[in-house]
Amino acid sequence: MLILTCPYCGIQCDETELAPGGEAHLKREGPGSSDAAFEAYLFERANPMGVHFERWRHANGCGKWFLAVRSTTTLEVYGTYKAQTPEPPAEIVAAIRARVPGWGGRA
Amino acid sequence: MSFRLEQGGRLVDRQVPLDFRFDGKRHSGFAGDTLASALLGAGQMLVNRSYKYHRPRGIVASGPEEPNALVGLGQGARFEPDQRATTTELFDGLTAMSQNAWPSLGFDMMAVNGWFSAMMPAGFYYKTFLWPRPFWKHVYEPLIREAAASGRPPQEEDADRYEHFYAFVDVLVIGGGIAGLQAALAAGAGGARVLLIEQTPRWGGRAPVDGAEIDGKPAEAWIAETVAALEAMKNVTLCARCMGAGIYDHGFALGYERLTDHAPKMGGPRHRLWKIRAKQIVTATGSIERPLSFAGNDVPGVMLASAVRDYVVNYGVAPGRRTVVVTNNDDAYRTVLALVDAGLEVPVVVDARERSDGPFAREAIRRGVAVECGAAIMKVKGTRQVEGVMLCRGNGTGAAGAMVKCDAVAMSGGWSPVVHLWSHCGGKLLWSETNAHFYPDFSRAPTGADGRPFVRTAGGASGAMGTGSVLVDAAAAGADAAQAAGSGATKAIAPAQARDEEERPMRPVWVMPEQALPELRAKMFLDFQNDVKVSDVQLAAQEGYESVEHAKRYTTLGMANDQGKLSNINGLAILADSLGAPVPEVGTTTFRPPYQPISFGAIAGEARGDLFQPLRRTPIHAWHEAAGAYWEPVGHWRRPYCYPKPGESHGDAIAREVQATRGSVGMLDASTLGKIVVKGPDAGRFLDMLYTNKMSSLKLGRCRYGLMCSENGFLIDDGVVARIDEETFLCHTTTGGADRIHGHMEDWLQCEWWDWQVYTANVTEQWGQIAVVGPKARALLETLGGIDVSKEALPFMGWVDGELAGVPVRIYRISFSGELSFEIAVKAGQALALWTRLMEEGRAFGVTPYGTEALHVMRAEKGFIMIGDETDGTVIPQDLGLDWAISKKKADFLGKRAQERVHMRDPERWKLVGLETLDGSVLPDGAYAPGEGENANGQRRTIGRVTSSYMSPVLGRGIAMGLVARGPERMGEVIGFMGEDGQMIETRIVSPVFYDPDGEKQDV
Repeated sequence: MLILTCPYCGIQCDETELAPGGEAHLKREGPGSSDAAFEAYLFERANPMGVHFERWRHANGCGKWFLAVRSTTTLEVYGTYKAQTPEPPAEIVAAIRARVPGWGGRA
Repeated sequence: MSFRLEQGGRLVDRQVPLDFRFDGKRHSGFAGDTLASALLGAGQMLVNRSYKYHRPRGIVASGPEEPNALVGLGQGARFEPDQRATTTELFDGLTAMSQNAWPSLGFDMMAVNGWFSAMMPAGFYYKTFLWPRPFWKHVYEPLIREAAASGRPPQEEDADRYEHFYAFVDVLVIGGGIAGLQAALAAGAGGARVLLIEQTPRWGGRAPVDGAEIDGKPAEAWIAETVAALEAMKNVTLCARCMGAGIYDHGFALGYERLTDHAPKMGGPRHRLWKIRAKQIVTATGSIERPLSFAGNDVPGVMLASAVRDYVVNYGVAPGRRTVVVTNNDDAYRTVLALVDAGLEVPVVVDARERSDGPFAREAIRRGVAVECGAAIMKVKGTRQVEGVMLCRGNGTGAAGAMVKCDAVAMSGGWSPVVHLWSHCGGKLLWSETNAHFYPDFSRAPTGADGRPFVRTAGGASGAMGTGSVLVDAAAAGADAAQAAGSGATKAIAPAQARDEEERPMRPVWVMPEQALPELRAKMFLDFQNDVKVSDVQLAAQEGYESVEHAKRYTTLGMANDQGKLSNINGLAILADSLGAPVPEVGTTTFRPPYQPISFGAIAGEARGDLFQPLRRTPIHAWHEAAGAYWEPVGHWRRPYCYPKPGESHGDAIAREVQATRGSVGMLDASTLGKIVVKGPDAGRFLDMLYTNKMSSLKLGRCRYGLMCSENGFLIDDGVVARIDEETFLCHTTTGGADRIHGHMEDWLQCEWWDWQVYTANVTEQWGQIAVVGPKARALLETLGGIDVSKEALPFMGWVDGELAGVPVRIYRISFSGELSFEIAVKAGQALALWTRLMEEGRAFGVTPYGTEALHVMRAEKGFIMIGDETDGTVIPQDLGLDWAISKKKADFLGKRAQERVHMRDPERWKLVGLETLDGSVLPDGAYAPGEGENANGQRRTIGRVTSSYMSPVLGRGIAMGLVARGPERMGEVIGFMGEDGQMIETRIVSPVFYDPDGEKQDV
């Protein structure tokens, strides 16, 4: 039962208010993409033991999608930010590096 | 035989006798008894039979770790199986039934299993009963289920009430022994909001029984003062009879409170599930004593030494007159002294250690008790009750020595901290060589959202053994937790003063005697409830089950409903020994919540019956109800399935509704249809991405049928889109799809095309929608007047706004039945009035309300697909012959790229066809058509599946749709579908449009 802070309404959401949406920062591949690139977009996921970027929707709240970075092992949350963010913001990356020395970046 | 002592029992009130029944026989106990102490007090040693061998079993423990004394409690609507006698408080009129025995506890036919126990080793379910194959289903499985039965399920609906409770605290302390009290005191001193919960009805745990002294007074006095102090603190809440069931992510915990189990006449909810969010959690869950593994350690009368002490001191009940105590540590001597104090005989203490000269042992010897060091119990004599023990040397193979007559055995194999709650959310463990137990690795605690530990252990749960250490550890845990919770200024308090009792080191003994021969090992029970013996675990190791998780499942060690509270450490040690590996290397199995079984009622809470889930009703619901509708649940909605008239079957009603609609005019409440407004300068562009066909080109006042696919290419929804104005579209979705599709739209809008100017709004419930369907539909609307509904003014696939009979409406000319059809959208508040008016005016045309099944029949007659029938998440529009609704011109839409993948273009894909049985019968829905040969798994190939199947009242025969390999190329071919009775049903592949193939009726 995670608690994540919705970056839109500022509420600390109980997991029961949220709907998960899988890995974040995937780049959409459309017509014209190679089979390999398209299949990677559809199916290949980082699934790391450790720092994970993920999509959540404040479904039973403001309805907005947001992104969260979380450790899949310690459950530590390094931050949440709006979905309209193409790359992890610098302060989030700094927060991860401060807590996970030697973090190799997003897989 | 066990009996009630003349005096003593600090928890029982001898002035208040209570009557109860066990297996129909009347007994009596006292207020303050547990069912277990009352049974022992009444001389009832035999309480159960084991699962596998049906061996006679007695009470072993005095708390939640009890593996044997499970009973069925209560009667009728209040019957509940598998209740622990040791955690059941006695009340007047309690009724308990033994389990696992047939025909009776005393004479159990199944005990014959025990004679063949040599034939039922570890993994015997897997080994013995596989062949011949049909025997498994018809002979072995029913027999094993009967023989290995646990409690019977209740036969009536639960008569009690349950509720959920939410709590938000700074510090949750689980366990109300002296450690929990001390931790709560320390945490609360600085003003933190503290919740202290305790699973038993009493505070203080076992310190009073163990004779601890705290702050210079008996533990009992300190406990009473501390509870009073805590109760006086406004920031501290105490809750007894509330077990910490589990700890979950980010400080979530479940508490299980039993409010009226001990007083069924009290009224109110029976159980309460606490959903607790705590910033910090302290688990003061104490420790549990381990049994010793010697032959016959499961004979009724063999008990944990601590339990023997509990029964004597707490309840004034003696397990026997002569009790042999067998131990590998000093603590068991407390039991020796308690027995001697109560005037009971201890013929010998069997101590596995070479020397025993601790203070308690010296005191025992001083009081005349014989102590045999370096000794072991070779085996217990007696079957239904202990009659004596054979002694032997501890390090030998079990050559029989002296026989000692006794009627009870108290065993102690050392103590294991209760680390379950610590481990639930990822806390790791260390192995203590000194105490031979796992204890928390404080450097690897469960961590919260901030990455810092949120669980601490206190006292025995930390591995602290002496009273002084327990209190120091607990005070620190409480203060640290309060500080970590950030609950303002923390005020440090000194821990209560107590000394650690002087004890000599224990000696790990996993098998007694150490070199015991196989015949003895086959009678040493590890898991009493599941009948797992030392020999079973050794066999599993020998057969290659090296992982503790595999060995557990193969032997069923720790898989009974006590979850191995007594057996796990002993079992692990045996496995480690068999593998020649150190215990910590073998590790533990995973600890999972709940700590103890909790009731289904508590989990469900109020969510049952009418409150199980919210019900969505259309604005016309009341009319349907009055018209005698038979309801069909569709998502959370209730829709009329059909409107049977008196004496009419559902089939009759559906046929009548279809005939009336196709013959004249019918009306359907289509209000549940999803309605999503998509608005903005980029709305057209957005819908072009969402639908497979082009929506941006849709003209004002027109409607278009559209398909939506996932990015995987699979069809996820369909419906009619109407263009309302330049920037506004109204998208209809399936009844069950409105929320899902709205979420889908928002996902793409917010996360991919967030710079597009589009708003969406789910307005499903704002509108009622009434479908007026049939050749007389136009005539009926014209009777109401107000809108020109002629073919010229409102052509097929057009819509118009206006007032019908003075009510503002929007009429869509769309059809899901193949008939002339108008769908009238009306503000929800006016829907019932308009429906009623249409019904009244329609009487002249014989208007008939129809339900969802008639709708289904009519759409199937027309070959219209239904999401969820023709689709199952693996079907693309091309499979359904819907290529006409997929744009070839659009550069991109969701699903386009996926539909170009090789497998999606495979000509062997199953495609939609119509199916007609040669005999006119109705095909079973979901039936498969077997093909030639076998697939890679050796199963018979299939070449098709029925997706929709109905009796067509218009055609007078069964019609169906299905997906068939190369289906459309095989028109006219006859293939066989497997009937429910295994008979092949000869079926012809035909066009899926059975009725009005040229669509003349809907476009008039």
